[in-house]
Amino acid sequence: MAHPSESPGEIYYRRFTRTERIMHATLFSSFLGLALTGLPLLFSDQPWAQGFARAVGVRTAGNVHRFFAVVLIGTFAWHLFLIVERLFGKKDFGILWGPDSLVPQPRDVKEFMGHMKWFLHLGPRPKFDHFAYWQKFDYWAVFWGMGIIGGSGMMLWFPTFFARLLPGWVFNIATVIHGEEALLAVIFIFTIHFFNENLRPEKFPMDDVMFTGRVSADELRDERPGEWERLRAEGALAALEVPPPSPRLRRAGRLIGTTALTLGLVLVSLTIYSLTR
Amino acid sequence: MHGTRWRRAFRAKGGPAIKPEGKARPLGAGLLAGLIGGILFPAAAKPPANDDCLACHADEVPRSDGRKIAPVGAVFSASIHGEAGAACVDCHADLAKSELPHAEKLARVDCASCHAKPAEEFSKSLHAAISGRRAGNPSVTCASCHGSHDILPSKDPKSRTNHFNLPATCLACHGNTGMVRDAALAAKTGAPSSFGDSIHGSALEKTGLSVAPNCASCHGAHSIRPPSDPDSRIARARVPAMCGSCHAKILTAFETGVHAEAARKGNPRAPVCIDCHSAHAVKTPGTTSWKVGVIKECGTCHVDLIETYRDTYHGQVTELGFARVATCADCHGAHAIHAPSDPASTVSRQNVLATCRKCHKAATANFTKYDPHADHKNRKRDPLLFYTAKFMKWLLVGVFSFFGVHTLLWLPRSIQARRVHERHRRQRH
Repeated sequence: MAHPSESPGEIYYRRFTRTERIMHATLFSSFLGLALTGLPLLFSDQPWAQGFARAVGVRTAGNVHRFFAVVLIGTFAWHLFLIVERLFGKKDFGILWGPDSLVPQPRDVKEFMGHMKWFLHLGPRPKFDHFAYWQKFDYWAVFWGMGIIGGSGMMLWFPTFFARLLPGWVFNIATVIHGEEALLAVIFIFTIHFFNENLRPEKFPMDDVMFTGRVSADELRDERPGEWERLRAEGALAALEVPPPSPRLRRAGRLIGTTALTLGLVLVSLTIYSLTR
Repeated sequence: MHGTRWRRAFRAKGGPAIKPEGKARPLGAGLLAGLIGGILFPAAAKPPANDDCLACHADEVPRSDGRKIAPVGAVFSASIHGEAGAACVDCHADLAKSELPHAEKLARVDCASCHAKPAEEFSKSLHAAISGRRAGNPSVTCASCHGSHDILPSKDPKSRTNHFNLPATCLACHGNTGMVRDAALAAKTGAPSSFGDSIHGSALEKTGLSVAPNCASCHGAHSIRPPSDPDSRIARARVPAMCGSCHAKILTAFETGVHAEAARKGNPRAPVCIDCHSAHAVKTPGTTSWKVGVIKECGTCHVDLIETYRDTYHGQVTELGFARVATCADCHGAHAIHAPSDPASTVSRQNVLATCRKCHKAATANFTKYDPHADHKNRKRDPLLFYTAKFMKWLLVGVFSFFGVHTLLWLPRSIQARRVHERHRRQRH
């Protein structure tokens, strides 16, 4: 069974820019690094966590955790900077509302209801546009998570500094929030996000669009008929046309993607196993 | 070697000599007469002199049936009894009236006839009590530890009971796994053999410190009793005083603390020295494995406190084997632990900032409002933490209930959608 997105002589359209792909790569590598070095603390009574600590060393794991925290906060800051630049530099307000915006809109509610109906064979599948409601949820979950985990993490990293401004009990709260929110993020990304974007049968075993940045015409028409029809009506399709991803880029994407997927699935298996014991 | 020396001395003097150099007691002439008498009248009623015994026991004299007679002359002459000029029959009293050659089986030597006090102590000891109490139990006698013909004074570096040799003597039984198993020698069978790696064992055996304790320093020698005996040196109640006989300043500090107070009030669970330091495997405090292990020891009684401690970063990394963060003792002290309400406590309102600053140099009064034992399950004590934890839990449950259902409903439709997409693509191309 050939991968649905692999048809010969296919036309491709740009979905993600190079910057966006690089940002996603730094996002998921630092997220994996943080999860790998953080979960053993949350499950410090588990043999696998103690084995990991023995093999890597608690000090090293802590340094790696803080290193990736800096990478992730840097990526987030970069993202915020690009938003500001697009809003105030390029006056591109399309990111605030409309089909290219990640801001939840009435159509997302309609599409969500429609999708549920389609799940239950009660209606046609909604004609999704550039971002579907679950993708917007992913985005805002990470956005909120960045503030919550990042903020609490900084407090725990520099407690004496923050204690100049805040009472010490905030570190008790920060500890709980940092761990629980991290747990939420880890399980969500490695199960729900993985399923929605990679493991569900239409995309199985993975969707390499985040690595190549390109989506085939077939996939665009099938997955996002709303966007396809809109772009065609606007006559904007031709401007988005790009050469197909080179086999090398595709192979690299598959390799990196498979590695990340595997590591994520191992971590979430250990997490769920430890939670249910 | 010694055997020939004995024989030479015997020939040269033509008579007995307990020691070749002749520090014999003034029986010499009498013994000589005895020897002559012995030769002339083999069945003489006089007690046999040492030389009578040595006629056979001086060296390996083959018996008529080919078996060998144990040579005792050489080792006996070098022994404390030999040095003192004791006669064979002083110990082997049953042979005083016996004809030679004597019966193969001799009566048990009764050391008490001279050594009354140690024998009296021993008779009340655990060793005396267990001897022969059940099948498989070894019979512990004076000779088990001291040897028999070869007994040397404890000051002699070769003595079995020399300060530095005693552990090996005890381990002859207590380190013999088969013996320990068969005779149920001790509940903690591995414990005595772990002494060698302990700080005490290492000081004794490697560093060679004469002040380092050996087995008898704690257990006593002749009067060894089980820890369950309140008169035992190692009875729980007496352990601090026993350890304190060397570690005097620590005992003074310990006596001021809550644990000693609990012990004085008769709390049987109150910890004494050996609960944290162990009895035999006493290690240098301050090593990572030691610090990490002591936390678990505190947690055996302070169950709720170790649970809340494990919720914190301090508790998590120590559980992963890293000890350069606050362990129980870093905040609460070790020997002189006081209740937090006591101003003398390291975590009292007056002292807690200084305690935090041991690690967090820039800590402020605000900083000390952190609760290292906050309990997210305790609504009354930590309401904010309680509701935060509750919120996070329900957020988790909510998100995964929603997306769990979402995913399960999507899965079968996605299988169908894949087929539809494939059909579309075949039609398009």
